[in-house]
Order: sequence, then structure tokens, then C-alpha cells
Amino acid sequence: MKTLKSFLRGAGLFLLVVGGIAAWLALPWPFLLGLLALFALWMLLTRRGRQAGSVTQVGVSTLRQRLGASSVVVVGIAGVVAVLVAMLAMAEGYAETLRKSGSEDTAIVMRGASAAEVMSTLDHDSVLVVGQAPGIARDAQGRPLVSPEMVVAANLPIKGGAPDEDGSVQLRGVGPMAWAVRPDVEIVAGRKFATGRRELVAGTGAQQQFAGLEVGKSIRLGNQLWQVVGIFHAGDAMDSELWGDADTVATTYRRGSSRTSITAKLENPGAFKAFKAALAGDPRLDVDASTTLDYFSKQSEQMTKIIRIIGIVVGAIMAIGAIFGALNTMFATVATRAREIATLRALGFRSVPVVVAVMLETMLLALLGGLLGGALAWLLFNGYTASTIAGGVGQLTFDFRVSPAVLWIGLKWALAIGFVGGLFPALRAATLPVTTALRDA
Amino acid sequence: MKYLPLIWAELFRRKTRTILTLLSILAAFLLFGLLNGVRESFVQAGKSAAGASRLQTASRLSFIDTLPSALTSRIERTDGVQKVTYANWFGGAYQDPHNQIFSFAVAPNYLDLYPEIEVDPKQRAAFDNTRTGVLVGEGLMKRFGWKVGQKIPLMSTIFPNRDGSKNWSFDIVGTMRPAKDASAGWYDQMLLMQWKYFDESTPYNRGSVGWYVVRVADPAQADRVAKAIDALSANSDHETKTQTEAAAFASWMKQTANIGLIVGSIMGAVFFTLLLLTGNTMAQAVRERIPELAVLKTIGFRDGSVLGLVLAESVVLVLIGGVLGLGLAALLGPVLEAGSGGNLDLPPVGWRSWSLGLGLMVAIGLLVGALPALRAMRLNIVDALAGR
Repeated sequence: MKTLKSFLRGAGLFLLVVGGIAAWLALPWPFLLGLLALFALWMLLTRRGRQAGSVTQVGVSTLRQRLGASSVVVVGIAGVVAVLVAMLAMAEGYAETLRKSGSEDTAIVMRGASAAEVMSTLDHDSVLVVGQAPGIARDAQGRPLVSPEMVVAANLPIKGGAPDEDGSVQLRGVGPMAWAVRPDVEIVAGRKFATGRRELVAGTGAQQQFAGLEVGKSIRLGNQLWQVVGIFHAGDAMDSELWGDADTVATTYRRGSSRTSITAKLENPGAFKAFKAALAGDPRLDVDASTTLDYFSKQSEQMTKIIRIIGIVVGAIMAIGAIFGALNTMFATVATRAREIATLRALGFRSVPVVVAVMLETMLLALLGGLLGGALAWLLFNGYTASTIAGGVGQLTFDFRVSPAVLWIGLKWALAIGFVGGLFPALRAATLPVTTALRDA
Repeated sequence: MKYLPLIWAELFRRKTRTILTLLSILAAFLLFGLLNGVRESFVQAGKSAAGASRLQTASRLSFIDTLPSALTSRIERTDGVQKVTYANWFGGAYQDPHNQIFSFAVAPNYLDLYPEIEVDPKQRAAFDNTRTGVLVGEGLMKRFGWKVGQKIPLMSTIFPNRDGSKNWSFDIVGTMRPAKDASAGWYDQMLLMQWKYFDESTPYNRGSVGWYVVRVADPAQADRVAKAIDALSANSDHETKTQTEAAAFASWMKQTANIGLIVGSIMGAVFFTLLLLTGNTMAQAVRERIPELAVLKTIGFRDGSVLGLVLAESVVLVLIGGVLGLGLAALLGPVLEAGSGGNLDLPPVGWRSWSLGLGLMVAIGLLVGALPALRAMRLNIVDALAGR
């Protein structure tokens, strides 16, 4: 009967903790701020709160004597937070780069059921028809802001790779309107390519990945020589591309007058519905239109999800390890302070202040660990450039982004670990019979 | 060996502490087991014995560019070439264009070059004789709950069918399994269809080939044969680039992600934390036991034996936790993989992971045991017994 009762109590506590952690990780910050404020009021205004405060002070002031053991908690949690934050920052940076590439008032048109630009084909007639669709913005001369583009992949030697090692880069053949449709794209060195010539401009991201992308140098595409005449920067996924004249690129890849996709600037985000409907209703066309925001978000969805899941699984396993480390340390702490705590309780301190004091001490160490881990991840990885194959086509360069949101998640994890790691030792400290503790220690 | 009961007793002197430490070690090695498997599978991919004698010939311009099928006979005649086959990327997807499947249209002799893929002879014959037949990897079958004999709709994200739509339908005629002693790799997730059916059905292909796979008679001659094949098309519209399967795969993997670096950094963080944690436990354990150790010395244990006892204790501690952790990883891997619905490919914990893991366990055990053990060895009996 007794064991059943203690088992039930343990199970109840466990469920409570798990539920609490889930709520803690899911709740938005205003709630948590409210909780914190309530707790602070309790600490300041009630008698028990003040008692807890003074017991905590004693614990914290003796921390220095337990430096080795306490640092286990701090470093253990810092490790978890650093790994978690780094992985989330990778996902965030990747998603951000692609998100920035799209906007709500530009539309991309591809052949139906094409997952990426490179897989699509639009014949010449379709290109002309799409250009006449309603809702497309016009420039000062009254020309529609529509850019039919030829997206292909090209093999280029990787920087720092073996002599014959090639990587894949996305090559975009564009017309004169491409620059007007994407005003963010800016030439930072050299000049734009000339129509009808084998000339290229390279994005800054592509320049980092591939050898020979310098103004004035030539690169080989298949058996042809192309000259790099400029470098551009857009601050998004375009940076990982090479741009050249659409007709010349199409000739090199034997695609004739077809194109792979059309990017159009719309009058306003509201015009997209009518634009899409007009294309869907045209019997001459078999195309899908989506906003570029939607298109690029879809591109990043799966990869971002996978990186996040890996980060969370790895972080969770590490967190379990860190919880046991924290438990170990705090049990030892409570054991060394058993006599002191028992004395307090003999003097009339209730268990709540004792529990709160031990918890606070652990949470403080956890907070320290969380900050350390976050700072470490930020120092090492913020702005760290990585690359991967995107859309199954070319290298996409992106920067890790240790954003405040990511750091906040890391901090929440740290506090959750501290909470669990402190709870059980605190309960033991509060429930140990006073007489036993005074005699044993 | 006769000291084992003594070490055991010392280890479990403080049950809570030892068990908590064990659980931390377990978590660290669980992670090691899962991650190292992933890393190994990336390193080992394409390195099989059969892979060493296979070359891949693709367009030099770009991997999306195709090659004329007329090259087949010219490559066949190249000195040192044993067999040639070819394949096309189909770009298949099931139900949603983003739900992509590794699907290839392959020549009739494709499977002859891949002895590591096992297909039941009857099913192989069915594949050869059914125009719309497809062979599906075991893992892929499981992922979508397909069965042999079933008709499945696939959409191609690239190629329209004869009627202009991107919807194709195929009959599953067989399953591909990894042959004995071969790791499943990504064959598990692959779908093969008849190249002839593909080529005749889509107006876009017109007899072109995505890439050639060539088996060379002597793997040592691979480089020379690769150069000879590339020379066939030099300065033409269709220049080729030929490399060994291992090199092609390694380059592709390298472009996808630097797995080694990611896994390395994570494991570095994990083991650094583990060192500190276990080191702390061992230091505590020795500190508590100073009088006992002094007694051991008094009754005649030599300095070296005391050192060995403490070292052995820490090694045993890490070994127990580590072996349990790796064992758990071996059990948990398949569960996680099944739970992720094919998103995650976790290879089983192989002998490489076990041997590397055991080596790490012993090293970590020795490392964290070193300082406490030295302290125990240098104990002065009189001081220790007096509690000074």
C-alpha cells in the first residue's frame, strides 16, 4: 500500500513536470513575464518569500566552495544550449535566405506540377501569353514588368577542391527586365553582361563557393568559354547564382526559344488572385502561378524542418544527459548542506522556502549556462557561411542566423533543465526528517 | 580480474550518484551511436567493392544536361570497359510534387551492374517483360505501404506523359533488397522503371540518356578508362565527365552538407561535457574514500594497484554507461526511423561505431580517472588515516 502510494506520488510528480515543461516551452513570452512578475511579488511581499530569499542568499554565497561541482551544471547546460542554438540558427538562416528571396507582390509562373524552376519548361507562345495577363505592374515607359527566365545548372570547379572536382551552380538566363523585376539586385563590381554575348555576372555567394568567378576571368561551361564581367549582390538566394543573357544560355543548353519560368512584378499583392485566375482560366496554358514568397518558402520548408528536428532530437538527448548531471550536482549540494538546511527547518523555516531556495540556486546556474551557451553559439556561428544543394540544383550559400528568438528558445531550454535538475534535490532537502539530517551530517 | 567485485562494490557505494552519472554517459553514447551511424553511412556510401569498379559518365556541362544514346556502343568499344548501362532521372513524386522519390528510367541491363541489389529472378523477369513495370526499394515500399502487384500513380516533376499530363501510372512488379553483406544505402528508397517505356512515352526525351554507368575490367585502370571515355566526346556539343562512383557520390555529399563537421562539433560538445561530469563524479568518489584507500594501502596494496583500482573503476563506469547507450541507439534507431516516415535515414549501429565507441569509452574512462587515481596513489597513509 505504501509503495503504491509513493509510486503514485512519483508518477503524478513526473506527469506534472512533463506537462509543466511542455507548457513552459510552448507559452509565449508575455505569459512567462507575468509568471515571473507574480513570483517576484511573492518573493518580495510574503513572509515565506522573504525567507526563501534569505535561504537562497546563503546558498549562493557558498557557491564558490562548490565551484567544481557547480561548473558541471553550467557547462553541461551551456553545451546543450550551444548545440541547440547552432542547429536552430542554421535552420533559421536557411529559411531566412529563401524567405527574403520572395515577396508577396511578385509572382512566379512555371509549368504545372513542377517542384522547382529548373524542372519546368514553358514554350515561346506560353511566355507571350503570360506576359499579357492582367495585374502585372508596368514601368515608366508602360512596358509590363515581366521577366521570362531560363534556369539551368552548370558544373564549375569548387574553390579549394581537388583539381577535377566540380560543384553545381544555378545559372539564370535573363532578359533586360530581370533587373527591373528584382530591384534588390545590385552590381557591386564590373558591369552587367551584354546581350547576345557569352558574358556572365556572378552573385557574391557563388563567388565564395566556386573558383574563377572574378571580373575579367573566363570560365568553361561545357566546351564554351564564358567571361565573367561583373559581380552582383542581392542579399538573398540570388546571390548563389550566375546570370547571363537568356538567349545565349538557351542556345548553350539547346533549349531554343523555351524558358523555364516567368517572374512578374504585380501592381500590388491583391492583384495576385486575379492574375492566377486569369492564367488558370486560359485554355492555351498549362501553368501554375504562385507568389515568390510562397514558392521560396516551399523550397525551404522540408530542409528547415529536417534541420530543426535534428537539432531538437540532438538537443533533447543532450538535455537528458545534462539533467542527470545537474541532479547529481544538486543532490551532492543538498547532501553537503543537509545540516545547515535541517538547522533552518528546526528554527521554524517551512519547506516551501527551502524548496524555492534550492530551485533558485539551480535555475541561476542554469541561466548562467544558458547565457554562456548562447554567447558561445553566437560568437562561433552568427554569420557563419554554409552552403547546401537547394531545390536539387545548385549550391545555395546562406549565413547562420543566431536571432534573438533562437537565443530565447535556448534560454528556455536551459531554465527547463535547471528546473528538473533542481526539483528533486529540493524536494529531498525539504522532506528529509530534521532529526536524521542533524544526526547524520 | 579478482578485484572486479571490489571495483563493483566501490562503484555502487553511492547508488544515486553512480546511477545518475551512468545515465548521463548513456545519453552521450546514445547520441554518439545515432550520429556516428549517419556519418559512417555518408563516408561509406559509394565505397563498396562493386562501386570501385563502376564509373559514371555524365555531361560535363551540367547534371541536368543529357547525352546522346549513340554513345553507348562507342563506350562499349573503349579498351578496358566490361559493361555499359544507362539511366535517366525521372523526377517522380507521389501525391505531392514536394514528396519526391529517387526514380530512374534504366536500361534492361542496369541491374547486372549492381550485384548489391537483389531482386527475385521471377520479379526480375516480370520487370523485363512489363512495359509499365517498376521495381521498388524495400524501404520505399514500406514508406508508402505499397504492395507487389499494385498499380501506382506517380507524377513526374519534369516529364509529361504522351497525353501531355504529368501523371504516369506504373505497376509494381517486384522489390529490391540489399544483397547479403551490402548496406542498404539509398537503394532502399529507389524506384526503377523501363527506359524504353519512359523514352517512348515522353515527347521530351527523344533517345537521350541522363548518364552512363560503366563497369571496368580492372579497378586499378579506372582513371585511364575514364579519360579514354571522355576523349570520345571531347570538343563535341556533348562533352562528358567520367568519374568513379565513389568520387561522384563524395562530391555530391560534400555539396549537400558537411556532415563530418556538424557531427564532429556536436560530439565535441557532448564529450567535453561528459569529461567534466564524469571527472567530477570520480573526484568526489575518491575524496570520500580517502580513509578506505589508506586502509587498502596499509594492508599491503601497492601504489600501482591503488592507481589501477581507481582507473579501472572509472573505465568500468564509462563502459557500462557507454555500452548501454550504444545498445539503446541500436534499438532506438529503427524506431526513430520508422517514426519519421522516411524523412530520417538512420543506419543501424555497425561494427565501426562499436569499435570506435568502445575505444572512446576506454579513453574517456582513463582520462577522467587519471587525476583522482594519481591522488589515490600518492596518498600518505598516516595523513589520510588521520583525516588531514
